[in-house]
Amino acid sequence: MEKQEGRDPATVRFDDPWYDELAAGWGEHDQADAPAEVAPGSVPRQQAAPSAADIYLEVQRSPAFQEVRGRYRRFVFPAALAFLLWYLAYVVAAIAVPGLMARPVAGAVNVAMVAGLGQFATTFLLTWAYARHARLRRDRAALELRWDTQEMTRGARQ
Amino acid sequence: MTGDHQTLALLLFSTFVAVTLGITTWVSRNRRGSEEEFYAGGRLFSPMENGFAIAGDYMSAASFLGISGLIALFGYDGMLYSVGFLVAWLVVLLLVAELVRNCGRFTLADVVASRMAERPVRIAAGASSVTVSVLYLVAQMVGAGSLVALLLGGTSDAARSWTVIGVGALMVVYVSLGGMRATTWIQIVKAVLLMAGTIALTALVLVRFHFDVDQLLTTAAERSGHGRDFLAPGLRYGGDWTARLDFVSLGLALVLGTAGLPHILSRFYTVPTARAARRSVVWSIGLIGGFYLMTIVLGFGAAAVVGPDTVRASNSAGNTAVPLLALDLGGGAGSTGGTVLFAVVAAVAFATILAVVAGITLASSASVAHDLYASLRRRNARPYSEVTVARVAAAGIGAVAIGLGLLARDLNVAFLVGLAFAVAASANLPVLLYSLFWRRFTTRGAVWSVYGGLVPAVLLVLVSPVVSGSPESLFPGVDLRLFPLQNPGVVSIPLGFLAGWLGTVTSPEPPDHARYAETEVRALTGAGAV
Repeated sequence: MEKQEGRDPATVRFDDPWYDELAAGWGEHDQADAPAEVAPGSVPRQQAAPSAADIYLEVQRSPAFQEVRGRYRRFVFPAALAFLLWYLAYVVAAIAVPGLMARPVAGAVNVAMVAGLGQFATTFLLTWAYARHARLRRDRAALELRWDTQEMTRGARQ
Repeated sequence: MTGDHQTLALLLFSTFVAVTLGITTWVSRNRRGSEEEFYAGGRLFSPMENGFAIAGDYMSAASFLGISGLIALFGYDGMLYSVGFLVAWLVVLLLVAELVRNCGRFTLADVVASRMAERPVRIAAGASSVTVSVLYLVAQMVGAGSLVALLLGGTSDAARSWTVIGVGALMVVYVSLGGMRATTWIQIVKAVLLMAGTIALTALVLVRFHFDVDQLLTTAAERSGHGRDFLAPGLRYGGDWTARLDFVSLGLALVLGTAGLPHILSRFYTVPTARAARRSVVWSIGLIGGFYLMTIVLGFGAAAVVGPDTVRASNSAGNTAVPLLALDLGGGAGSTGGTVLFAVVAAVAFATILAVVAGITLASSASVAHDLYASLRRRNARPYSEVTVARVAAAGIGAVAIGLGLLARDLNVAFLVGLAFAVAASANLPVLLYSLFWRRFTTRGAVWSVYGGLVPAVLLVLVSPVVSGSPESLFPGVDLRLFPLQNPGVVSIPLGFLAGWLGTVTSPEPPDHARYAETEVRALTGAGAV
């Protein structure tokens, strides 16, 4: 079933909650065809039947895989650091500067409430951005690498 | 509380039990008991179904009753739970869900064991998973007990004990007969019921205040007797620096614990691909985020409509704020609307407890059978099938949880969940992240990381005010307090990470780069995933 899903994403995407409508046209510079430049077919093959361990090392060193991993890590690590720091700042502010957090903003709503709702907002925003990034920048290249790797390991076992 | 409440609530709840038992027998017809089927439900759930099931697994009675109650009593300080429980899902989405789906088969230990010496790693990760699950189970059992005490209009000890035993027995039936497939459908039914109930109550609160949030907050602040302080930090965790540090500790445990919960991790194995796992998490973040936003409204609504004094008089921990709010919104005690709404809320809360309990029991029985039994059984012993062991383990875990649930019945529910999160964040998260992202990580590092988080977390709880030395503790008579904080997270989580690092750098064996290459390639591409 993975093959079908990978080759024809449009048919299985209908039930997805909140990225389809939003996916088109946010100011990200990537296009849907961006993963094509990764050229997943470029994983070099050895001639003499290698062991599975060699194959995984070889795939790991291949530029196609390095590109997929780079795209994943360049998004995920800064994003995780940012939201964890923002959350910690929110928690620590409550005990360190309660006076600031209690300052009213509008009516009964104060800084602490706005920050709490801000946590909700940034969580939703980052979820959407990550899902979009993974779908447009990573999914296709990762899937092609998957088939290539499975082909190669099948050869190794025989 | 009149007899009408009880009759109607019991009727609704019996309907839920009947429907779920029906589901259990229906989905397990003509199914042979393979491991794939029992632990992962055949791996063919759609992202939407799994998203609802994850939300159902996660939105426990502690959230529905406990958080709203804490907000009703302490205002802003209760909101930390809502925010922390949601933000935690970013850790799951970004760092864990897809990679775990690609690397593992059924449990957390699968992911770690794929690149380490299998036996010690499995035993360590299996033991910590079972510990976390049992702690979490106890919290749910206690919730069930206090709910029934409220329903029956008093703290009848016999009724509470029998409820705990009944819940335990039902969950064993669900899990051992239906496996993951039945458990998933129960979660989905429950998630829909819980969302519907919460939406209805939130709408009624907003209608009462003419959709004026400002008026809702002002009324809540006035009735609380604290004025504007009710809406600002510090009512519960203000005071001295010990209390403030406890706030940070709880905050850390909440945000880092979710990604280490065994019953959440095992949900990612019920979908076919990593992409489907990601999309189920997106679904569940939408559902869970909406739910926790509404618990905030319900909490301040309970403060404004019912009043903190009435809530506290009914249950000092605040667990009954939402049922009381429902009674008032429906027209007050004695009215038909109030009776119906109260009964619906009680039945939904009970269904929630039952479903969450089933999910956790399944995950921990998988840890016992797939990790501990498979590693520890004698080589020449007659091998029983893993699924048989898992069914027996479900009954055993049920018995342990019933026993501890009876013992711990006076502790606050949301707070007990905070402890389970602290242990999960200390013991499970470090080893999981190191395994997925650190090239030099070794077997010794993995084992040290699990025990280095698990042992301090459990020990610190044992010598904390939770267990002894204060009027609210488990054994108020004795005083073994050595650690001032209620939540051990701020100490034990860094210790778990530190132990993993220390074990790795002192390790005599060199790291196995080939197996890390395999883990990394499989994690990011899905090659070879089952």
